[in-house]
Amino acid sequence: MKLLFEISSKGRKLDLIPPCDTEEYSFNDELLRKEKLRLPEVSEVDLSRHYTALAKQAHGVNDGFYPLGSCTMKYNPSLNETVAGDKNFTNIHPLQPAETIQGCLEVLYQAKELLCEITGMDDMSFQPAAGAHGEYAGLILIKKYHQDRNDHKRVNIIVPDSAHGTNPASATMVGFKVINIPSNENGGVDIEKLKAAVGEDTAGLMLTNPNTLGLFDPNILEITRIVHDAGGLCYYDGANLNAVMGRVRPGDMGFDCIHLNLHKTFSTPHGGGGPGSGPVGCKNILKDFLPALEVAKNSGGYYFYQPEKTMGQVRSFYGNFLVVVKALTYIKSLGKEGIPEASGNAVLNANYLMNRLKDYYDVAYDTICMHEFVLSLGRMKREHGISAMDIAKGCLDYGIHPPTMYFPLIVPEALMLEPTETESRETLDQAADIFIELFKTALKDPEKLHNAPLSCYITRPNETEAARNPILTYQFENDQ
Amino acid sequence: MASYVVNTRKQQQQMLRELKLETLDDLFVDVPASVRLESLNIPQGQSELEVYHEMSEISSKNTVFKHIFRGGGAYNHYIPSIVNAVVSKEEFLTAYTPYQPEISQGILQSIFEYQTQMCQLSGLDVSNASVYDGAVAAAEAALMLQERRKSDILVAETVNPQLLQVLKTYCESRDVKVITVKAIDYAVDFNDLKEKLNDTIAGVIVQSPNFYGLIEDVKAISELTHSHGGKVIMHTNPIALALLKNAKELDADICTAEGQPLGMPLAFGGPYLGIMTCKKELMRKLPGRIVGQTVDTNNQRCFVLTLQAREQHIRREKASSNICSNQALCAMRASVYCAALGPDGLRQVAKNSASNAHYLARKLMEITGFELKSTKEFFNEFLMSCPIDNEKLVAGLAEKGILAGLPLGKDILWCATEVNTKKEIDNLVEIIKEVL
Ligand SMILES: Cc1ncc(COP(=O)(O)O)c(C=O)c1O
Repeated sequence: MKLLFEISSKGRKLDLIPPCDTEEYSFNDELLRKEKLRLPEVSEVDLSRHYTALAKQAHGVNDGFYPLGSCTMKYNPSLNETVAGDKNFTNIHPLQPAETIQGCLEVLYQAKELLCEITGMDDMSFQPAAGAHGEYAGLILIKKYHQDRNDHKRVNIIVPDSAHGTNPASATMVGFKVINIPSNENGGVDIEKLKAAVGEDTAGLMLTNPNTLGLFDPNILEITRIVHDAGGLCYYDGANLNAVMGRVRPGDMGFDCIHLNLHKTFSTPHGGGGPGSGPVGCKNILKDFLPALEVAKNSGGYYFYQPEKTMGQVRSFYGNFLVVVKALTYIKSLGKEGIPEASGNAVLNANYLMNRLKDYYDVAYDTICMHEFVLSLGRMKREHGISAMDIAKGCLDYGIHPPTMYFPLIVPEALMLEPTETESRETLDQAADIFIELFKTALKDPEKLHNAPLSCYITRPNETEAARNPILTYQFENDQ
Repeated sequence: MASYVVNTRKQQQQMLRELKLETLDDLFVDVPASVRLESLNIPQGQSELEVYHEMSEISSKNTVFKHIFRGGGAYNHYIPSIVNAVVSKEEFLTAYTPYQPEISQGILQSIFEYQTQMCQLSGLDVSNASVYDGAVAAAEAALMLQERRKSDILVAETVNPQLLQVLKTYCESRDVKVITVKAIDYAVDFNDLKEKLNDTIAGVIVQSPNFYGLIEDVKAISELTHSHGGKVIMHTNPIALALLKNAKELDADICTAEGQPLGMPLAFGGPYLGIMTCKKELMRKLPGRIVGQTVDTNNQRCFVLTLQAREQHIRREKASSNICSNQALCAMRASVYCAALGPDGLRQVAKNSASNAHYLARKLMEITGFELKSTKEFFNEFLMSCPIDNEKLVAGLAEKGILAGLPLGKDILWCATEVNTKKEIDNLVEIIKEVL
């Protein structure tokens, strides 16, 4: 398909902006740009068709089943978009006087109250723009807490080897040293290894629960106790909250802070990579360190204040506000019964699908799973030369989005499936049939899978070449 | 109550039975009994109509200003209809990060086009697919420049105060020293810069147009900084890049910007867009997703996420940044916006904004007590004294549906864009005369 720059034709344009009716201001010539600006020159029809064509080469939740593990690709309700498009939200300048932004402040306040109840936390900031950003802010809370107590030897963050890559990366960005601990044979935290790892240098533990294997750690209470007894704090990566919301709260299990992925659990669309929203929640012991500004309420209405020992800002203004609007809309729709119903069905769907597949594929941990489960193609690869990648690419020819591949890292040839609660039994049955078909193909006609996909706009891309010889922008012809 | 669960109760029962379970609760055997939740203490779920009404009720407590003369990091530009039409397409809206290139060419190509357009604006070689916002872009840029014996960051005091805050957070957590360069006449004080520049300085961050709207002498800052072996991070308004000298012409090494003016609504501060472009030599230090061109097995051109060896999912604690999800749909907005306006249109937006701002300044100066605080060239924002208590003026104008400039100390930072017509400005000035 042509690029915008290849459909460009000199002199073509849209009529968008009226001529200036004030006197034209002329800048001093030496301030002016001399370099040519090669933006596309197109008509509105060109542009519209270009993106419609691109859309046909993209796949969203609305295009079909999307069991991308760890990403909670649930349906994104239309109402959320309608509400977030309300001019009374979209046309508000972030620096308006407090009395003119009472609605926006109420959104933040209500979302905070509801999500604190759902997570068992005492306070929350919506400034972080995504999950990793929430981790970053949460780990700063932990760092500030120890510093504030003049406890400067606590420099280590313990991270299980099943953790998402953002966990160790965030810990480094906050200046912590990462201590990786291996998982036990059941996929949970190895209690003995944890005991050996904690000490006077432990700042805290980062735990994803259910973990990235889709397992709820049955020793969770012991884990948080061990860390607390050593003087550390417990961080809960809430990316997988969809499995447990309304059924158990991180705050009740000994966690001191948490981030949520509103773009996963709370149904806000992922937009092809973002924007998300990664609010950071915490217990009272940490709330004085939260980012500025926080929302509060008194008889005069809602207002912003600066937490006493605030870490400062992790981004401008108050976060991805419109994403919070969507999440609030969703929570109001589900309410006290809808939330546990969603988590219960997310877990039911995952178990149902796993049960249908486990006679064919090796399940990494054969036990009741939470909202997702992991298949291991290790044996398949050894015996038949078919990798996780081959099965994933095979999915494409059947119109379903492949599962997450090669994560978590501790499972060889991993495929991670998360169906979510917004898929029907019929869809799950269809998907199971497809996976079984792929399994059979792997044994019968492995070549077919090595060549998959054959029905997409492209076949497999040469990723090695892309990295070896990076072409990162369009190469204009007469490059001067 | 809507939970968007598709399976009927009966289906759920059947599925449970096939799993040899009785109730949904049986799925949660691993949750310790002592912490299982009886019920959430939040309101009941509601129908779509009820939620719609409730949210509309909340939003109606905001005041939407018909006339906006405030910037300070968020700008009221016109958003072409085609921008909203494109980003509403569900194939884009409801997709995840394009991990599977074969069914994500549409998204990957659009990011490649975005990267190209951002590089066209800044004049630099490489762009990533976006970071969280402009301030984070500048902070991440500072972290790109870290070397063992060269790690301190100098930042002009004239940057947006929010950028400064975010930079301090990011640098403090990595033990990177941030030193501010003083301002003179609301722009970088070169004497102070010279004094503070030495070979421990990894980079200098300068914003131009700066927080006060003034055009900084970035070229001279680049020369000085480079002579000490440091790099220059130019933070800017992307609209200005269409008209004023760009990062390449000013010899900056990294260009960061808040992309909100390129087609994003004000939206109470977000979602916005962090734009980052840099010179080729810094490519492997650039954080975030990057899309590259390659070919498929049929030798057909295609696009993939590339240079992933920098990223958290490969490098974990050694990654160049922790960023995973970014602001992809905002980047698409920016890309459609730039393409819709084209080179002439974008230049026109920049010109009209500047012309309207200069007209506003002249008209205000006709009233005694309104005086420009600096004699330097400004783009579309300027700081002025105020003859009365500035908060009083803001309140007086608010009553008439006008969002005045941003009060700063005793002064006001005014802003105009292409949407503020002559008539609107004349009207503002008349109303100010009444309020005084
Ligand atoms: C377990 C886990 N933690 C953290 C993250 C990071 O979230 P985000 O992509 O919003 O930064 C993810 C998302 O991929 C995740 O799956």
